[in-house]
Amino acid sequence: MNVTQILFWFLSVLALFGALMVVTSKNPVHSVLWLIATFFSISGHYILLNAQFLAIVNIIVYAGAIMVLFLFVIMLMNLNKTTEPKKNRWLKLAGGVAGGCLLLVFIAALKSSEITQQTAEVKTGDIGLIKNLGRELFSTYVVPFEISSILFLSAMVGAVVIGKKE
Amino acid sequence: MQGMYLLVVDWYFILEKFLLVGLVVSLSMVVAMYATYAERKVAAFLQDRIGPNRAGIFGLLQPLADGGKLFFKEEIIPLASSKALFVLGPMLAMITALLTSAVIPWSTPLRIFDRNISLQIADINIGILYIFGVVSLGVYGIMIGGWASNNKFSLLAAIRGASQMISYELAMGLSLIALLMLTGSLQMSVIVNHQLGGGLGGLLSWHVIYQPLGFVIFFICAMAECNRTPFDLPEAENELNFGYHQEYSSMKLGFYLFAEYINMFISGVVMSTLFFGGYDLPFVNEETWNIHQNWLAIIGFCTLLGKAFFFVFVFMWIRWTIPRFRFDQLMNLGWKRLIPLALINMVITAFVILWLKK
Amino acid sequence: MQLTQRAKQVDRRPMTQLEKLYLWNIAKGMWITISHLFKRKVTIQYPEQKRTFSKVFRGVQILNRDEEGRERCTACGLCAVACPAEAITMEAAERQPGEEHLYKEEKYAAKYEINMLRCIFCGYCEEACPKDAIYLSQTFAQANYDRKGFIYKKEDLLIPNPKEDPDAYQRAVGERVTKPLSS
Repeated sequence: MNVTQILFWFLSVLALFGALMVVTSKNPVHSVLWLIATFFSISGHYILLNAQFLAIVNIIVYAGAIMVLFLFVIMLMNLNKTTEPKKNRWLKLAGGVAGGCLLLVFIAALKSSEITQQTAEVKTGDIGLIKNLGRELFSTYVVPFEISSILFLSAMVGAVVIGKKE
Repeated sequence: MQGMYLLVVDWYFILEKFLLVGLVVSLSMVVAMYATYAERKVAAFLQDRIGPNRAGIFGLLQPLADGGKLFFKEEIIPLASSKALFVLGPMLAMITALLTSAVIPWSTPLRIFDRNISLQIADINIGILYIFGVVSLGVYGIMIGGWASNNKFSLLAAIRGASQMISYELAMGLSLIALLMLTGSLQMSVIVNHQLGGGLGGLLSWHVIYQPLGFVIFFICAMAECNRTPFDLPEAENELNFGYHQEYSSMKLGFYLFAEYINMFISGVVMSTLFFGGYDLPFVNEETWNIHQNWLAIIGFCTLLGKAFFFVFVFMWIRWTIPRFRFDQLMNLGWKRLIPLALINMVITAFVILWLKK
Repeated sequence: MQLTQRAKQVDRRPMTQLEKLYLWNIAKGMWITISHLFKRKVTIQYPEQKRTFSKVFRGVQILNRDEEGRERCTACGLCAVACPAEAITMEAAERQPGEEHLYKEEKYAAKYEINMLRCIFCGYCEEACPKDAIYLSQTFAQANYDRKGFIYKKEDLLIPNPKEDPDAYQRAVGERVTKPLSS
């Protein structure tokens, strides 16, 4: 087992544990913090794949900005046990069944897919470095890239319009 | 492509990096410690006073006395606080403050035992983005601390601080994009090398000459990110009922205060690296001196420190000159002035670069 | 009406766009602070250096003695009456035969207390005293561990005996006591 593998297992365990804690934490603020930990371990995975740009953007955008907004909202709403709605037992059962079905579908889909044959290339490939990624985005994928930027622009305009309406 | 990978196992390499990390962390700590002393001295001198002068000669032991005092103070964890997060808050503040220094090229390589030892902990491909990542995480120390205190005023102050940091991060990022257009790389070592070898011993190739507006925007934003006056709304002691660390005492409070000084030092270093030629000594060409590589490295390191200390001094100077902003003024400055300015700066730079290339 | 020569008319014109940047004003402020960096410091290093007091400085009271070392106070109570803070209390007693070397007059203050937490150092007691018995000295900055310690007894207030300890007497008198002591 070399260093990369040790790191891979460590990060995987951390990511899964963090994700579980997100779901099981009673306090929503704790959930958000565990989610941040999960993002960090996922960023670690990106670094193992030498996708440095993706790793850091994941941290800046998700951990650094979006989660802060989540925290904002949750902290100001002051959610705690007393405000938590009572859950129906049947609802829980239905949720469990639905979740289990989803898991089954996923397993079935992944089992027959080609992903099992393709292992991630660790320590090779420079496509994740910012220069190559930028070149790809602005040549091969320029149309989807620009469309998504228009999407963001319209979202920004919409936010300003909503903010102005008082 | 060696070195671009973050994980290369080589025991000497690991030992070297460990030593370097230890050195950089302790350097930041010591500098931050004496920055508290310098802050008090500068404040005193600007106000025609003398400042601390009782502990040791010229009061040089004052930071130690302060630290000792903080350690021996009673540690209070409010009963209604969430304890784990209450402890996590100052830790995060400290960690994020120290993390930034990892991508700074402190000087030219040293040569020890026939090994070139780079004085940069990690010369990663995404140096500047890494700094942004760490800076954006700095919010958590404030938010978690403020929320975990279970105090309305702490929470409000935390949210005030977090919104301030998020707002100024944007302008900071935009102001740097123009700089990145000049260098064409996010790697810190490339950015520094880009500024070497201009006229007047490198001075004319410093980025501040090409990007004065970008530097001013970055400087203001750095001040806001460090929560320094005039942007110290998160911790306005008297006017806004203290800040997110209202409930903190003992060394946990000390960590918060200390983190601010580390941030100040590191942002000084980042500014000198990005805009002021890093470890480049102006007006002379060190390469032609024909002295040992190690001496060059030491000279470069001292130069960088000197530049950083200058910025720290300017931070203090501003603190004791300009009064605090009101919150709406702060938001107006960030969103309505700095961001458009940074955008204009970016567009102009892009056009000039295109025009020059033709 | 102009009260002083230094009064300045406030410019209430709306600011121009350039002024709204505050660049010039910030630069001016920065210049002011940096120029103070090189100015002479006004700090007095207290325990080592001491400020020279003016002649009318009013510090802690002392109860005076005459040149033979006898207490001058006759417990007439005028100081207590004059005291606006009502800080002074006293009890009178009659001088017994054989105590002539201790007290100047036939009546003396057996108990004399000043509550230093109430005293406002106005100096009215000194003005009221017909016997030159109480003076405000140049001592100041008293310190104590509890509030009780600030009720100064006669022993705390009495000046050292000029015959037994002339040096301490001179120090306690300071420059403040200018009136002739013998009369």
